[in-house]
Amino acid sequence: MSSSPLSRVVLDTSAVAPPRPEVLEAAREAWREGWSEPSGLHSEARQAAALLSAARQAVAEALGARSDEVHFTATPVTAAHGAVAALAHGRRRVGRRIVVSAVERAAVLAAADFVAGDDVTIVPVDQHGRVDAEAMVDALREPGVAFAALQHANGEVGSLQPVAEVHAVARAHGVPLLVDAGASLGHVAVGPSWDVLTANPSAWGGPVGVGLLVVRTGVRALLPGPEDADPFAPGGVSVPTAFAAAVGLRAALAAQDASDRRRRAIVDRLRAQVPATVPDVDVVGHPDARLPHVVTFSFLYVDGEALLGELDRAGFAVGSGSACTSLSLEPSHVLAAMGALTHGNIRIALHDGVTDDDVERFLATLPRAVAAVRERLGVSGL
Amino acid sequence: MTGAIVVDARGLRCPLPVIRLAARARDLPPGSTLVLLADDPAVRSDVPAWARMRGHAMADVAERDGQLTLTVVLG
Repeated sequence: MSSSPLSRVVLDTSAVAPPRPEVLEAAREAWREGWSEPSGLHSEARQAAALLSAARQAVAEALGARSDEVHFTATPVTAAHGAVAALAHGRRRVGRRIVVSAVERAAVLAAADFVAGDDVTIVPVDQHGRVDAEAMVDALREPGVAFAALQHANGEVGSLQPVAEVHAVARAHGVPLLVDAGASLGHVAVGPSWDVLTANPSAWGGPVGVGLLVVRTGVRALLPGPEDADPFAPGGVSVPTAFAAAVGLRAALAAQDASDRRRRAIVDRLRAQVPATVPDVDVVGHPDARLPHVVTFSFLYVDGEALLGELDRAGFAVGSGSACTSLSLEPSHVLAAMGALTHGNIRIALHDGVTDDDVERFLATLPRAVAAVRERLGVSGL
Repeated sequence: MTGAIVVDARGLRCPLPVIRLAARARDLPPGSTLVLLADDPAVRSDVPAWARMRGHAMADVAERDGQLTLTVVLG
């Protein structure tokens, strides 16, 4: 990324980060070598099959899984929907109930609502967005629970969840745990505490247009649907895209330690500096148990849409969970579940290319941008 | 609810309901009771968050047919 004064600074990369150079190179190579149909028997087909197999193997190694447990899907949302539907169907004889944290990503909550309706137990979170592990464990010990879902970390506010603690109890009770690692994988160690895992390649600087779903051997996850070699991705996925995703994961993991230190230092600086320079701000998310690259602020008496516009004009792209920045009237379900202020919200997710200079310029711009929005709303002295 | 002051923010969207409430609260003594009427669902989160940031106490949150009534006691 260029750091010239006129360049755009993109700080809204929690779901889609700029593709890594290794990913672009791998994609170009894979489109040349692996464009064919991997189920065929000729040399070109076998070449595509070899690339897909190598991609599965690389992801399996990164996760401590077996390559036949790895499914690439059309998108991360397809992976989430498939995981929920397959666990609900596979475990239908045990029961219909699904236990979820209140701050799962929208695709998981929507899928759970679709398959189980009123039989979804939503477990609350604390002010930092961390699920109440005791309440979650109590809920999944009830009879008739098909499965539980707990994200590894929340992509909106960065808080890590107590997945190891919840998984230990779930396993003891024979209840599978779906762990959405969409915000974590490629950024922090995800660990072995999951039975079904979903992830998002574009979040680690891989390509868009592919999702990841991993189902441990022995977990009853059966997706109802027409006969297909892989019901999670009927007709298969784009082999070059899946291959580039796996190369991206390998690159992200190789860079993870250095990137973690650098980005954590930037987030620490933002968390300290923003409240010192802007009055009336809620710093949202857990102060320590968090992702290295995500930080979220809510500014009192600020219109989130107007603030995004001010920052955009100054060259900075940020995300937001405020209702007034979306088509829906409802604010972010994550912020609401935490009891955080939902208006005036901005979300920052740092990709590896963000420089210290970018951050200093952002810190110099933000107080003026907030003040400008507040002035227009006439809120001085409140 | 004798002595309660009503702030009608129906039809306003975030952050305006909270701003109206704060503007009314500015000149009132601690212990005053303020009642906000609103239909923007964001007030369910934002009024309690504002009360927390300003040291006020939430006394009640009620909803009927999409209309919200939130009662705050100023700290």
